[in-house]
Amino acid sequence: MSVTDLPGAKAGKAATVDAEEARRARRRRVEQTARYVLPLLVMVLAIWLWDRIVVWNDIPHFILPGPSRVWASLTGDWNLLWDSALLTGRITLMALAIAVVGGAGLAILFNQSRMVELSLYPYAVILQVTPVVSIAPLIFIYVESKTVGMLMCAWIVAFFPVLSSTTLGLNSVDHNLRDLFRIYGATRWQRLWMLQLPSALPYFLGGLKIAGGLSLIGAVVAELVAGTGGVGTGLAFRIQEAGYRLNIARMFAALAIVAAMGVFIFAALSLLSHMLLRRWHESAIKREH
Amino acid sequence: MARIAPFAERSELLRVSAVDKVFPGNVAALRAMSLEVREGDFISLLGPSGCGKSTALRLIAGLSDPTAGRIEWSTPRAKGDLGVVFQEPTLMPWATVAQNVYLPFRLEGTPYSAAKDDILQTLKLVGLEKFQNAYPRALSGGMKMRVSIARAMVTQPKLILMDEPFAALDEITRFKLNNDLLDMQARIGCTVIFVTHSVFESVFLSDRIVVMAARPGRVIEELHVDAPHPRDEAFRTSADYAAHCRAASQALEQAMEAAA
Ligand SMILES: Nc1ncnc2c1ncn2[C@@H]1O[C@H](COP(=O)(O)OP(=O)(O)OP(=O)(O)O)[C@@H](O)[C@H]1O
Ligand SMILES: [Mg+2]
Repeated sequence: MSVTDLPGAKAGKAATVDAEEARRARRRRVEQTARYVLPLLVMVLAIWLWDRIVVWNDIPHFILPGPSRVWASLTGDWNLLWDSALLTGRITLMALAIAVVGGAGLAILFNQSRMVELSLYPYAVILQVTPVVSIAPLIFIYVESKTVGMLMCAWIVAFFPVLSSTTLGLNSVDHNLRDLFRIYGATRWQRLWMLQLPSALPYFLGGLKIAGGLSLIGAVVAELVAGTGGVGTGLAFRIQEAGYRLNIARMFAALAIVAAMGVFIFAALSLLSHMLLRRWHESAIKREH
Repeated sequence: MARIAPFAERSELLRVSAVDKVFPGNVAALRAMSLEVREGDFISLLGPSGCGKSTALRLIAGLSDPTAGRIEWSTPRAKGDLGVVFQEPTLMPWATVAQNVYLPFRLEGTPYSAAKDDILQTLKLVGLEKFQNAYPRALSGGMKMRVSIARAMVTQPKLILMDEPFAALDEITRFKLNNDLLDMQARIGCTVIFVTHSVFESVFLSDRIVVMAARPGRVIEELHVDAPHPRDEAFRTSADYAAHCRAASQALEQAMEAAA
């Protein structure tokens, strides 16, 4: 080990991989496989157990349907569920988009004007800490359009993580770099554009990942409160409706789709974050050991 | 090539006159500091921790205002007249080496195409022309410091302020960078004010060493190192160098006692 660390030994390193390096590579490979195989195994096991419990105990399907029934509902009701998923997904993505614009925009505004920040920040916090379920019914009294109302609900839930993480990022500029910009006579816009926004990017992306999940929650809650009518039927309403009809299998099927959407949003935002940061940010380096 | 005039013929660049700096809580960071900086000087500020070296640099850079006294430039300072190197490389991690060096020009509004030649030339000067498209995280500590120096030099400023730029580097890298720094200064013909804790570094680099003491921060002594330039490894082993080091050490010891 100590021998390979000598500078002179470096030349030979490419040719002969030392034992530690080989061990590390093997461990990495094993971990890579386990990352996908193990959760899959857990899922298969859980589904099998679920099936056995239903069969062994003779549980009636309107109390707990077995996995095969849920699957049948998922495929049989696919058109219905897919249309609902599209609606919920559209509201979620639109809410996420305005949460990003609103959250990041407010953060920049607050950063540029201390007075605006002092005036408005407490209200942003109040909006955040008040449970959306309790605001939503009010919103639907005053807002005519169901879509706009749902967007407002989802926005209220999702904008705050973007706002707070972007604010933190804008204020986390290296103070020496800030001094350097001052010495070179940078304008406030140059400082914002060339220094603060790039510094804030990793923070913003962290907030974005949280906001993605929250906007789905916001959309689902808004749907439950808004009910159907006018804009078609989303997944949340499908779950509620299937519950009224004791169609438990469809409830599970719709739930699975909602969960899959959440996972998809998180994965997509993680990928986006990785693409934007991989070239320069410390979080994107693969270190040894 | 060497645009630096001999000692006697240098004209004044800026003058620090009886500057006090008092921080809230009555911390006297600097008291009655005076310093005449002439074009082409290499001045070291040498002193124990807390004697106000960084404070003096910040005042000269215009990053903070003196509580009393004045800092006057002989000719009004333009944007690109001043370069700064901090103790940390202070690079923008999201920008490549070339983009980092481009920063002073970019802030002036100079398009990249117009600045490109200067950037490449400066990168060549610090030996990093092959790394112009690398991101800072791919560089070693010494290489990052070179980028930082290139950025400070790229506008060919009149004055470069350096605050313990090599303190975090190993001795071999440090010697190498010291040699290169003198070389670069001679080429560009700029003035340097250099903060350091190291007696050896200050003697090797400087024409003048300003020895400072703490509590309150003040100038104790000014030493002249009149060894001719260019200086190289031979100077490091000469009797002349040893004698200057001894003198500087003694002055530094006095400074420590004065503070105690
Ligand atoms: N912003 C500040 N507010 C209050 N006190 C300060 C501030 N900056 C520096 N000081 C004080 O001024 C004195 C001189 O600080 P300065 O950073 O200039 O010392 P220094 O010589 O650079 O020390 P070092 O070698 O450790 O970097 C110290 O006592 C320090 O505590
Ligand atoms: Mg200091």
